[in-house]
Amino acid sequence: MEDLYRDNLLDHYENPRHHGGLENATISHEESNPLCGDRIRVDIKLSSDGTQIEDVSFSGDGCIISQASASMLMEEVAGKPITDIQKLERQDVLDMVGVQLTAARVKCAMLGLKVLKTGLYQYMVDHHHS
Amino acid sequence: MSSLDVARIRKDFPILNERVNGRPLVFLDSAASSQKPVQVLAAMEHIYRATYANVHRGVYWNSEQSTELYDDARCKIAQFIGAPSPENVIFVRNATEGLNLVAYSYGRHFLKAGDEVLLTEFEHHANFVPWHVLAKERGVKLKFIPMTQQGTLDLSKLDELLTPQVKLVTFAQVSNVLGTITDPRSIIDRAHAIGAKVIVDGCQSTPHMPINVQAMDCDFYAFSGHKMLGPTGIGILYGKRELLEAMPPFMTGGDMIGSVSFEDVTWADVPVKFEAGTPAFVEAIGLGAAVDYLSAIGMEAVRTHEKETVAYAIERMSEVPGATIIGPTDPEIRGGALTFTIKDIHPHDLGTLLDREGVAIRAGHHCAQPLHIRLGLKATARASFYIYTEQREIDALIEAIYKAKHTLRK
Repeated sequence: MEDLYRDNLLDHYENPRHHGGLENATISHEESNPLCGDRIRVDIKLSSDGTQIEDVSFSGDGCIISQASASMLMEEVAGKPITDIQKLERQDVLDMVGVQLTAARVKCAMLGLKVLKTGLYQYMVDHHHS
Repeated sequence: MSSLDVARIRKDFPILNERVNGRPLVFLDSAASSQKPVQVLAAMEHIYRATYANVHRGVYWNSEQSTELYDDARCKIAQFIGAPSPENVIFVRNATEGLNLVAYSYGRHFLKAGDEVLLTEFEHHANFVPWHVLAKERGVKLKFIPMTQQGTLDLSKLDELLTPQVKLVTFAQVSNVLGTITDPRSIIDRAHAIGAKVIVDGCQSTPHMPINVQAMDCDFYAFSGHKMLGPTGIGILYGKRELLEAMPPFMTGGDMIGSVSFEDVTWADVPVKFEAGTPAFVEAIGLGAAVDYLSAIGMEAVRTHEKETVAYAIERMSEVPGATIIGPTDPEIRGGALTFTIKDIHPHDLGTLLDREGVAIRAGHHCAQPLHIRLGLKATARASFYIYTEQREIDALIEAIYKAKHTLRK
């Protein structure tokens, strides 16, 4: 049990990094997990050439797993090129969380990544069309 | 102290001897689905091992044996709920299918644009979504009986809600979240007075208290077998004969026909008209065995045991700092489920931590999102009880909650 809710995870939940939203975001995207009501919004500020995440911030509410994993993800992606984000996968988030999750809880952990990638994807689709 | 010999009952449930995460299983999720006694398992296994053949169609011994046991099960269930005849009892997959059957067959045949269906704010999605779909499709309007602060139905405005446009009224006899027990007659009589038909969702009541659909005078009554010691895949829709006769079939195919020619089809008699295809007859027979088991204990005794259990759970939960009980705290009007929140702990985190202690509870919105919106809560935790629940399991729950609070520094 101490394995699951270990200090690092609780620390990210209680003191979330890159949290509270951005005022001048290039992209804002929000989704929730219909099964448990966890909700996450991600605000992204892209660099002027649109290739890099200059700043990123999340907000939302939900269980420890969903919120702490989003916090860890924000830390990971801030300042990175978009091409790096596109390569991020489920296992990368599980590695960040670093604890064994049951199938039902893996969904909680994946919400942040889903919101981040969907937001970026939608932006790129819109961008190419304009 | 209990009105039931719980220690003896527990011997009939092999799963209760299993261990989870290295600890004895404390199963507190019977409102979602109950465990099964050996008597039910044996009845079903005997068929598969020794006598199995399809019902109705065969003229040989095995098929006749299946048909006889299947018909017996229907009789037992009819008797268990006080139905006038086994012909009022339709086998369906579960309460969800029973409620959909009414919405599709009765609703689409008898309701028209401008008609209204009156529900409650605490309905399970199974008794919510089928009406939403009907409303969108047919221009039918949905109205809701509101709740009081205590989580009981506020019937003070019922007569105002029961306008001449209301053709159907439907409600859960026991709320799956709040545990609230509603006296069905307090709604049914007034609904009948304006000519509306009444559907009662008996999912959380049939397993836990004596039911008599004739005394209740409901028009339809739906429940699931798997919540009352029976197997999955079998449930019941009760209906008044004249309504069932007037309704078109829900699904069509084999078994449910009178005759089929190239030009025309006639329907079989009620209830077979509503039972297209090979039924889940082994499961029906399993449910019959479950009904035998419950009848032998006595449903009054079941209700008394759960009242004692929920009273004890309310008492223990009230001692926990930061715990809030959702729904009535009077055991007289509360079924055997205790829904609660713990301050600053998300119910899913609580559920995961309790699982580490072998304590199985449910966390989430319990398929009642509109109710959670009304309560202003994202999710709640629910511990639910049955005939095999012991007081020491409530103690284990409380202890595990304290441990979770400690782990999360709350």
